[in-house]
This record gives sequence, structure tokens and C-alpha cells, in this order.
Amino acid sequence: MSPAIFAATTIASRLTGVFWRHPKLLLGLLLAPPLLWLGMIYLGSLAALLVQSFYSFDDFSGLVVPEFTLTTYAKLASPANLSIILRTLLMALAVTLASAIIAFPVAYYAARYARGRWKAVFYLGVMLPLWSSYLVKVYAFKLILAKEGIVTWAASATHTDWLLNAALALPFVGGASLSSSYLGTFIVFCYVWLPYMILPMQAAIERVPLGLLEASSDLGANARQTFWTVTLPLALPGVIAGSIFTFSLTLGDYIIPQIIGTSASFIGMAVYQLQGTAGNVPLAAAFAVIPILIMLAYLTLARKAGAFDAL
Amino acid sequence: MPQTPAVTFSAVTRHFGPVKAVDGVDLTVAEGAFFAMLGPSGSGKTTCLRLISGFERPDHGAIHIFGQDVSAVPPHLRNVNTVFQDYALFPHLSVLDNVAYGLMVKGMGKAQRLAKAEAMLDLVKLADYGARKPAQLSGGQRQRVALARALVNEPKVLLLDEPLGALDLKLREAMQDELKALQRRLGLTFIFVTHDQGEALSMADSLAVFDKGKIAQIGTPAQIYTQPATRFVADFVGSSNLLPPALTQALGGPAQWASLRPEALRLADSGPISGVVQSHRYLGTGTRISLTLHGTDLAAFLPAGSPVPAEGSRVTLTFAPEALHLLGDAP
Repeated sequence: MSPAIFAATTIASRLTGVFWRHPKLLLGLLLAPPLLWLGMIYLGSLAALLVQSFYSFDDFSGLVVPEFTLTTYAKLASPANLSIILRTLLMALAVTLASAIIAFPVAYYAARYARGRWKAVFYLGVMLPLWSSYLVKVYAFKLILAKEGIVTWAASATHTDWLLNAALALPFVGGASLSSSYLGTFIVFCYVWLPYMILPMQAAIERVPLGLLEASSDLGANARQTFWTVTLPLALPGVIAGSIFTFSLTLGDYIIPQIIGTSASFIGMAVYQLQGTAGNVPLAAAFAVIPILIMLAYLTLARKAGAFDAL
Repeated sequence: MPQTPAVTFSAVTRHFGPVKAVDGVDLTVAEGAFFAMLGPSGSGKTTCLRLISGFERPDHGAIHIFGQDVSAVPPHLRNVNTVFQDYALFPHLSVLDNVAYGLMVKGMGKAQRLAKAEAMLDLVKLADYGARKPAQLSGGQRQRVALARALVNEPKVLLLDEPLGALDLKLREAMQDELKALQRRLGLTFIFVTHDQGEALSMADSLAVFDKGKIAQIGTPAQIYTQPATRFVADFVGSSNLLPPALTQALGGPAQWASLRPEALRLADSGPISGVVQSHRYLGTGTRISLTLHGTDLAAFLPAGSPVPAEGSRVTLTFAPEALHLLGDAP
């Protein structure tokens, strides 16, 4: 005759019982390590950064003056520093827009039409660049985009060098060669961040139930109307998620603008140089706070525009 | 002057690979009718519905809606609307915007379409729910929003794909009455798909019973219930005793398959059916008893109030001769 209640024989069995009786205990144990990490290492270091930005740097002694002041932020308003911020912001916007436009058809095809083996091929294709080293990719592009590189050769071989020269002749974004112009920086940024844009978009588009597309067609909407009124609004959170990646990664990047492009400074480069040999940590901290503020503003605008309504 | 039928299928066939989901179906739905397509899962009824709305295209045959061939017409250009089984309400739009959607894509102005949507919500008794989102509604409420969203476009034919499947019994019965009343009031042609034969019998003006992609029988609910054409129909629509030819002969009929409804049998002192009661089932409205005769299990439904024989006791049952209905199946 079997018992009504079994005895807990193993430790695992006893622990399961403990967690069943105290469900919040398990939750607490699971959350504690990541929360500690988040609190101490991430938020803590951000706080330290923020504190530093309110200090000032004495150019003569080369020491940080740990007194609360707003002069460091005032230094950000100088024309040179403002141009750094503006340049970075414009580049981030351009890269985000271009990545979104390139990524959307790819993500749409993968979500709606790719089946079985082709879906695996898609994932592989999108993620393969991520498996190689970031520096290797950037240096490879430096060679590709150089005046003596493959792009120039391909342009002359297909008699499209007029197109290449026209692009290089563009004011401000053009330059002597692709690898020493903003155009080149833009191209490499787009290439490197594209997987981060494609994957969230594809996930969001996939989540739009097919039944809704049928419903909209049943109610008289043609394909274009269905796209704008049903697919896009429902996929928008995914698009925004992808854009957060590209936007914030571009804002903070300091390697790509150094290797490819003009010698002009971007926020990331400025932070790197200021906290390095210069030792001007307060100004570096002030610069570092700017992308955080920009991202907060971006997310608030996105929320106001209803981008997260479908969540 | 004969009216143009609302929907006509002429020898329509649709394959999915080697499977014939719809196999040479001919059917005519009269204008203003409440037409039901009844059958088990996989019998082809939902595929037929999707052929009318345009989400499937026939491999052979032709479909006409009010006399016009729709083979080359995409779904968004057919004046036909569907109430989907899972309602398919747009989660990012409010209830009012959901209902007004069909009018919006046709280019109607905002004030006008919102007014029409309000009127339609009023008709389905959801007048104050316009500002809510679908996620905040109960199943029955979502179903009514889906109905309003389809009806506001004044389609010539309204298609309903198992619309009451997800509702509980009480709500389902209430909605059945509401749908019937709505259809009478608006005078539209309703075509609905269900696997619930009780629902089909009570709501439809005429119904088609589907079996493996073909139509087994079309007729009024009364015709189908009292004069089923085949064993499949007799067994699927209501429960019935299916008598093999030998048993039919023993009960005084020809050597053919026959159907005898359980409620047609009644207790008597003498009669053609005699056996030992094997089981009882109390149903509230009466009791169902079963016994075996010549190797076939027979069920009899004794209405509440009649004496119920005990399990194991011997009973004699009789029936009116016209209750023995001969079926068309080969012996």
C-alpha cells in the first residue's frame, strides 16, 4: 500500500520543497547576483562617472580638483567640443536610419518568407560577421575602402568610377578616399552594427500574427495599407530596439572613427584621449554623460510617439 | 423572378499536396439565408469558407458571389467580411478604431467612420467600450467587437469561422440568439462554420454536412435530422442508432442500413426490441439507456417522468414505423 505523501530523500528534493514553501526566496536568490552586479559595478561606476563630471581639472598642475562645480559642463559648450558632440550625433542618426532601411527588407524576408533550412542560412549569414574580431573587420574595411583598394578597382572595372568620384566630391562627407572621409566611417559603422539591427527587427516582425494580416486584408486593406497600419506599428518596438543598439553604439564608439575617416574627433575618441595621457577625467566624464542624456531623450521621444504602445 | 444566390460553388476542388481538402463541392447559398457548414475537423468546411473570403484559391471549379466569378479577385476587393475564430482584433488599436478599420482603409473621413463605428458598437451592445483596448475585454466582448468590425462594412456576405467555439455554454447560447436576431434584422447572408451540430441545427436556415472534403447532405435542419442521407450524417448530426441491414430486416424493414433516433424508442409491454439494460445515463431532460440486440448496441432516450428500468433488467421497446429511416449507404 503506497503512502499518501512521499518522503524527501535527496537534498535537491528538500530544496525544492523549501522553495515551494517560500517562493520569494528563490526569486531573491536568482535576482541577487545580477542586481548586485547592476548596482555595484554598473550603477556604481556610472555614479562615480557622474560625480567626476562635477569636478574640475586644473590645467597647470594636471590634477583633478574635487570640488563641486559646473565649469566642466560649461567647457562642453565651447565651439570645438560642441562640434565633436554634433558630429557624433549626426553620424549616429545617419547610421541608425541607414541601418534601419537596409535591415528592414532583410528582416522582413527572413521573418515572412524564409522557412526551414533557409532560416538557418539566414541566421548564419547575419551572425557570421559577429564571429570575427571587431578590429580585424575594421582594418579589413580600411584596406577595402582605401584609394588603392578593392572598391576603387571594382568601380573602374565596371566603369562606375564617376559614381565613386561624385560621392567623394560631396561636400563635408566626402574626402580624398573612402577610407579617409565621413562617408567611409558611415559605411563601416553601418556594416558593423547591421546584425544588431536585423535580429531584433526580424524577431518583432515574426511576432506579428498572420491572422492579423488576413483580418486587415479581409477588411479591404491592400498590401501597402496592411503594412503601414498593421505590420509596422506592431513591429515598431523591435525596430526601436534595433535602433537603440546602433544609436548608442555609434555614440560611444572610439575605434572606427580613429581608423577610418578624417582626423576629426568623436565623443568616444575625446573621452579616450582626455582620460588617458591628459588625465582630464572630469571633462572625459562630462563627455561620457552626453550619450546617456541623448539616449534618454531619444527613448522619451520614441515613447511619446507611441513606439512602445504595442508592447 | 429568381434571386441571384449569394454564393455558388461549382465543382470546386482544393488540394494541399496529396490531400483533397475540398473535393468537387457544389453548393448554393440563397441570399438572406443563415447557412451553416457542419462537419468534423478536417472535413473541408473551413477551407470552403476561406475559398469564399479569398484566402484560398480553388485548384479547379468556380466560385460565384452574387453571380460574379471571383476566381481572380483578391480578398481585399471582395465585398465579403469574416469573423475569425480567434477574432484577430488589432491589439495596438482601440476597440473603436478596430471597428472603424474597414472604413478607414476605404478612405472614409474620421468623423463619419467613428460615428458609424459607434453605431455598430451600440448594435452589439458594447456602446461604452470604444476607448478600451482588445486586451482589456472578455472573450464574449471580443467576439462582439469582431462582429461589429465585420458588419460595419455592410458586406454582402458575412462569414463566421466557428465564432462561438471559445465561449462557455451560457454565453454561447445567448450569442446564438443574438446572431440569429441580428441576421434577421440586417437581412444579410450569413455563412458560418461549426463542428457543433446542436448549434447548426438551432441557428441555420439550411445547412451542409461535410465529410472528408465532400458534401454528404444539404438541406434544412429538420430534413437533415429526420431524414439523414448516409450513416455519416445520421451519426454526426444528433446521435442515432445505426442498424445494419440484418437488424433492419429483423425489425420489419428491408435489408438496408437504417437509422433510428434514440428518442423515437419508448417502453412498451410488447414490441420488436427486447433486451437487457446494460447502462444508464441521467441527462436531466431524461435518461439514456443502452442495450444490445443482435450484436448491435442500441440506445434509447426515455424522457423525464417515464419509468426508468434498472440496470440488468429486461426491457421491451417499440417505435413508430416512420421513425425507422432507411439510409442510402450500400449494404
